[in-house]
Amino acid sequence: MLNVVNLTKSYRTPQGPLAVLRGVDLSVAAGESVALTGESGSGKSTLLHLCAGLDQADSGEIRLGDDVITGLPDAARAALRRDRLGLVFQQFNLIPSLSVADNLAFQARIAGRMDRPWLEELIVRLGLKALLDRYPEQLSGGQQQRVAIGRALAVKPLFVLADEPTGNLDEATADEVVELARDLIRRTGCGFLMVTHSLRLAEKLDRRVHLHSGRIV
Amino acid sequence: MSAKLSRRSFLGWSALALSPAAAFAQGGPPSEGFAGLGASARGFAEVKRGVVLRFPEDHGAHPDFRIEWWYVTANLKGEDGAEYGAQWTLFRQAAMPGPQGEGWANQQVWMGHAAVTSATEHFFAERFARGGVGQAGVELSPFRAFIDNWSLQGSVATAPLTLSPLEVTAAGPNFAYTLRLTATRDLVLQGDHGFSQKSDRGQASYYYSQPNFHAQGVLTFGDRMIPVAGRAWMDREWSSQPLAADQSGWDWFSLQFDDGDKLMLFRLRHTDGTSYRAGTWIGRDGSAEVLPSDGIELSPVAWSKVGAKSIPTKWRLAIPARGVSIETEAINPQSWMALSFPYWEGPVRCRGTHAGIGYLEMTGY
Amino acid sequence: MKRLCWVLAVLLSHWRRHPMQLATLVVGLIAATALWSGVQAINAQARQSYDRAAAAFGGGNTAMLVASDGGMFSQDLFAALRRAGWPVSPVLEGRIVVNNVNLRLIGIEPITLPREAGPGPRFGSGDLAAFLLPPGRTLVSAATLRELNLAENATPSIGEIGALPPLKVVNDLVDNLAVVDIGAAQRLLQRQGQLSRLLVGPDSGLRAPLAEIAGRQLNFVAAGSESDLDRLTQSFHTNLTAFGLLSFVVGLFIVHSAIGLAFEQRLPTMRTLRACGISAAGLTAALLVELVSLALIAGFIGCAGGYLIAALLLPDVAVSLRGLYGAQVPGQLTLEPIWWLASIGMSVFGALAAAGYSLAKVSRLPLLATAHPYAWRAVQQRWLTWQGVVAVFILLSSLVILRFGDGLITGFALLATIMIGAALGLPIILGTWLSFAERLARSATAKWFWADSRQQLSGLSLALMALLLALAVNIGVGTMVRSFNQTFAGWLDQRLGAEIYFNATSDAQAAKMLEGLRGNPDVLAILPTPRADAQIGGWPVEVLGFSDHPTYRDSWPLLEARPHVWAHIASGKAALVSEQLARRLSLSPGAELRVSTPQGELRLTVGGIYPDYGNAKGQIGLANDVLFAHWPQTPHVRYGLRVKKGAVPALVAQLRRETGLPPNRLIDQGALKAESLQIFNKTFAVTASLNAFTLGVAGIALLTSLLTLGNSRLPQLAPLWAIGLPRRSLAVLELVKTMALALFTSLIAVPLGLVVAWCLLAVVNVKAFGWRLPFHVFPDQIVRLIVVAMIAALLAALLPIIKLARQRPADLMRVFSNER
Repeated sequence: MLNVVNLTKSYRTPQGPLAVLRGVDLSVAAGESVALTGESGSGKSTLLHLCAGLDQADSGEIRLGDDVITGLPDAARAALRRDRLGLVFQQFNLIPSLSVADNLAFQARIAGRMDRPWLEELIVRLGLKALLDRYPEQLSGGQQQRVAIGRALAVKPLFVLADEPTGNLDEATADEVVELARDLIRRTGCGFLMVTHSLRLAEKLDRRVHLHSGRIV
Repeated sequence: MSAKLSRRSFLGWSALALSPAAAFAQGGPPSEGFAGLGASARGFAEVKRGVVLRFPEDHGAHPDFRIEWWYVTANLKGEDGAEYGAQWTLFRQAAMPGPQGEGWANQQVWMGHAAVTSATEHFFAERFARGGVGQAGVELSPFRAFIDNWSLQGSVATAPLTLSPLEVTAAGPNFAYTLRLTATRDLVLQGDHGFSQKSDRGQASYYYSQPNFHAQGVLTFGDRMIPVAGRAWMDREWSSQPLAADQSGWDWFSLQFDDGDKLMLFRLRHTDGTSYRAGTWIGRDGSAEVLPSDGIELSPVAWSKVGAKSIPTKWRLAIPARGVSIETEAINPQSWMALSFPYWEGPVRCRGTHAGIGYLEMTGY
Repeated sequence: MKRLCWVLAVLLSHWRRHPMQLATLVVGLIAATALWSGVQAINAQARQSYDRAAAAFGGGNTAMLVASDGGMFSQDLFAALRRAGWPVSPVLEGRIVVNNVNLRLIGIEPITLPREAGPGPRFGSGDLAAFLLPPGRTLVSAATLRELNLAENATPSIGEIGALPPLKVVNDLVDNLAVVDIGAAQRLLQRQGQLSRLLVGPDSGLRAPLAEIAGRQLNFVAAGSESDLDRLTQSFHTNLTAFGLLSFVVGLFIVHSAIGLAFEQRLPTMRTLRACGISAAGLTAALLVELVSLALIAGFIGCAGGYLIAALLLPDVAVSLRGLYGAQVPGQLTLEPIWWLASIGMSVFGALAAAGYSLAKVSRLPLLATAHPYAWRAVQQRWLTWQGVVAVFILLSSLVILRFGDGLITGFALLATIMIGAALGLPIILGTWLSFAERLARSATAKWFWADSRQQLSGLSLALMALLLALAVNIGVGTMVRSFNQTFAGWLDQRLGAEIYFNATSDAQAAKMLEGLRGNPDVLAILPTPRADAQIGGWPVEVLGFSDHPTYRDSWPLLEARPHVWAHIASGKAALVSEQLARRLSLSPGAELRVSTPQGELRLTVGGIYPDYGNAKGQIGLANDVLFAHWPQTPHVRYGLRVKKGAVPALVAQLRRETGLPPNRLIDQGALKAESLQIFNKTFAVTASLNAFTLGVAGIALLTSLLTLGNSRLPQLAPLWAIGLPRRSLAVLELVKTMALALFTSLIAVPLGLVVAWCLLAVVNVKAFGWRLPFHVFPDQIVRLIVVAMIAALLAALLPIIKLARQRPADLMRVFSNER
């Protein structure tokens, strides 16, 4: 499903180039959920962003299904994100001017893959039924993150990438959200890669990989 | 009888310019213009059979009559044999009957048309003037018809019965010409001693021609000056109500055959699709014979695209009684006079039983 | 397509949540479009009117032949020229009085009339016959017919001469003009066989040299020759256009800040959109569609607003133009479709220009938000430095223009460079001032106050620049108008020395009036005030006659004069010359003056120069005897009466009763002064209205900028609140800061405005009108404007500050929990 081969990435800084990823190899199978852990600055968010096509790698290859993400132009990467990927961020990244219902449906709509019954099921399972007419600012952090997960899954993605999805949530909420996400993703049969610094949460997933100084260890 | 067909354009102009009926203003079918004329002939002098034309007096203007023209066409050849045509016309129209007003109050309105034509070029211009202030008019001694700097001018040597010699000159934005016209034969009275009937309903005109001019002079096309010589034909006609109401246009020919005979013929096209034909045969001895209407065959055989219009520029003519069967062809099919009141007029040549040259005028297309 | 719609729906949902922002954006666009298109409409209307006036059978559009001596010439020349190939058409022009209305009468010859010369009856119009044949027609505009108080087909008579042909309304004529056939004109003006000019039609082939036909009687005037009217009105319209453009730019400031704010606020949304799979190109396209749609809507409303503004101002403009130049503009608005298109286009163009920077930013928007506040600041600093360099360069170029430039356009270029340079320099001046204040500050709060002001400066600088420009223009134009007014009123007092002026309809009537007046003990002096027309150096000039009387010697205003000037005038050797004429011909006292008169050339010495404000023509004054001797046709109908104080109203009433002379022919000097001042005030009414509009738009710009800043202020204010400054104090500080910036901007606007006024008085006016006005400073006016500006700033600042004062502590708190 997701195959990362010998991926490198460095950033320019005033003090010279800073190598963040130094040859990462990673593979996540369909239906598998993997937690990516590591200290701050170990490059886990960078790896996730590269997998999502939000940024471009220096060398190496990322493959999603049959598609090579690395080297695709912006429009193609955008199309890939839209149609194949679900992204969940620490900041929830909901659209403040849209209601919960519209936020949930948004990606599916622009992807042209609106599946009403599936969305209804998601709404029920995420417990958002009573919140549909609210706006993001009227929701708690956990509620917002559930909306973000719903948005990511509504499009029936091939793969879900989550970057510290519980970073802004308290422990109990975090557990609840991760379990919910894991179960839903398992149901859809797609792959799941979650960046987290919490070993407790990481253990809730099928497998854990650890990133240290730009390499998987 | 004859109808110089740009007369139609003149009358169209008259109706457009001066008739109070707004209908004419919209460029309606020509017949409406003629209807207007029929209605407003009252108060003008009438054309009567038996009046004896007198010269040189009748070379001058007849302001009591509604319309009048001095009309010269010339078929010319350059030194290299290239064929050319030249046209000079002065129209007069009285805007209202009654005593002649003084100065600006004079009711005569004048219009001039001039053109030069070669196989590839056709230049033309028009002039307008009011009478009474010296911008246009006709003087008798010596003879001089003029509008602005265009003139058809005689001298003390000009004889009343030949109207020769004359000098005709005109200029437009991109052309000019001066031709000297000389003739040894007398002019020809058309119809019944100059009384030319136009229809069964009484319309008629006074009409005489000088078809015997030899022409020599210079044409200027742009900045090229071309010495030319050839033959010219002059028509004089005046009337107050010369036309029928239902005529939609004319096809008119003046032909000069190489053997010296001349032929004038035309058809008046009616709005109902029929046409009225007439003509005059002028023998090489100067004798004129009116041709019977049913003795004239006249039909277009080829059409040319002129702008958006389709104009018959090749015709078949036949007068079986005289053994005439010829085809005429325009020297320049694009001889369109795109003036305030447009029509087609240009030189033609003919082949068949009789070879020669001439002028063709077509209106109402 | 569907995807674009969804993206658009998301973008638009922002406005539903922030209607105020949308209103700001739309209001800015509407204001910009309305002011611009309004001014354009006025200009277009006026130009169209000039074209019609100029096309009134002898103006800029058509080449002409005119008499070398400026008078009439024989009609025989017309026929002679036509017969020599000249495509000329005769025109006779004169004045007639119909029902007490003074009309310009023009006789034309429609058959030879060149098509572009004017709205004569055409072939095919059906009107030609009616025009030519008895009884003929008199063509007038609808307004003229109303003024004459007559119906169509009426045939009013003019004196003993006879009746006009039946009146007929045509649309394209200017007011106060009657067009008849040339023959009728010769009869009505009693000019049989005479012509005023010959219009020359398009090339018609060979033509003989002019001199061969007409000798030296006629002069050829080429088409498109700039007439005085063209030159003068051009300045007026350049003026208006400058105002329109200024308003447009100020409006765009508003749009720019509104779009900038919306962009900043939607940044997270746009990132999310990109993350969810919208390409940069797709997002930019959606933003463009959104912007253009808004601009189209706003443009349309702006057009309507512009139309209203134009309709509102046009009567004033018409009065202005009539008062200033005698140009005729109907007070009614008719607009071409192209105007609407152009206005809406301008709105779209303006929106795109204002949004250009934001759009460029979006297309390069990095997907991953990395906060680089300091980098941003460095960019801003670099930008400011460049702006300063440009400002200095532009100001330097204004000096070059002042030194080497010549002509009206130069005057405006000078104004433009000074204003743009000053505006661009404003943020730097303010920044310098603020850092200076910061260094002087003692307390921590004060230090923060100045430092924070400086930080805020970049966000407010556009609005402050708008305020600066609006204020400077207001001060400049206000100073000019007041200077003008003061000078003009004083000049009127001097110029109108006699108590009563009359202009009899005939010599006989005047003689009869004088007979009665001579025995009247209230009448102290009777001063003939004859007038004639002449040409000097090809310029039409009015000739005034002076009596040798203290009325002139004591009070006639003079700018410059030789000693004993009045004695020289009385002796017939000298003449006075108006300032305009003197400037035009570079005459100074002592110079020789050659005047062509019906009796041949008249040579005089320039005895002095006097101001003649508001006259488009040149003027000279000389002794009555000289005038009557050289212009023997001059009627003896104009007189001024010196009358005992208090006896004026009774005498005016008596004369009016006896003669039936209308008010424009029997003038009470007091009333005339009042009327002149009224015309003068109306003349600048447009300027005043546009001033008010511009100031209003600058106020809106300030308000929107402050609203924009208000939102981003929270993170900066929250820490202060946290360390113990109450919200109320924060609000007061904010208010003080805004007011301080506005005040300082206003203070910079004062010298700038005075420079603008100087340019208008000493450069533009001289070029446009031919006279230079004394420069007065009116402190009360300046103070009032500053107060108005401060009130505008206060109003603009109040709304965001009230919002701040009412900010819930929770909102302030959230800054800490939520800030990226």
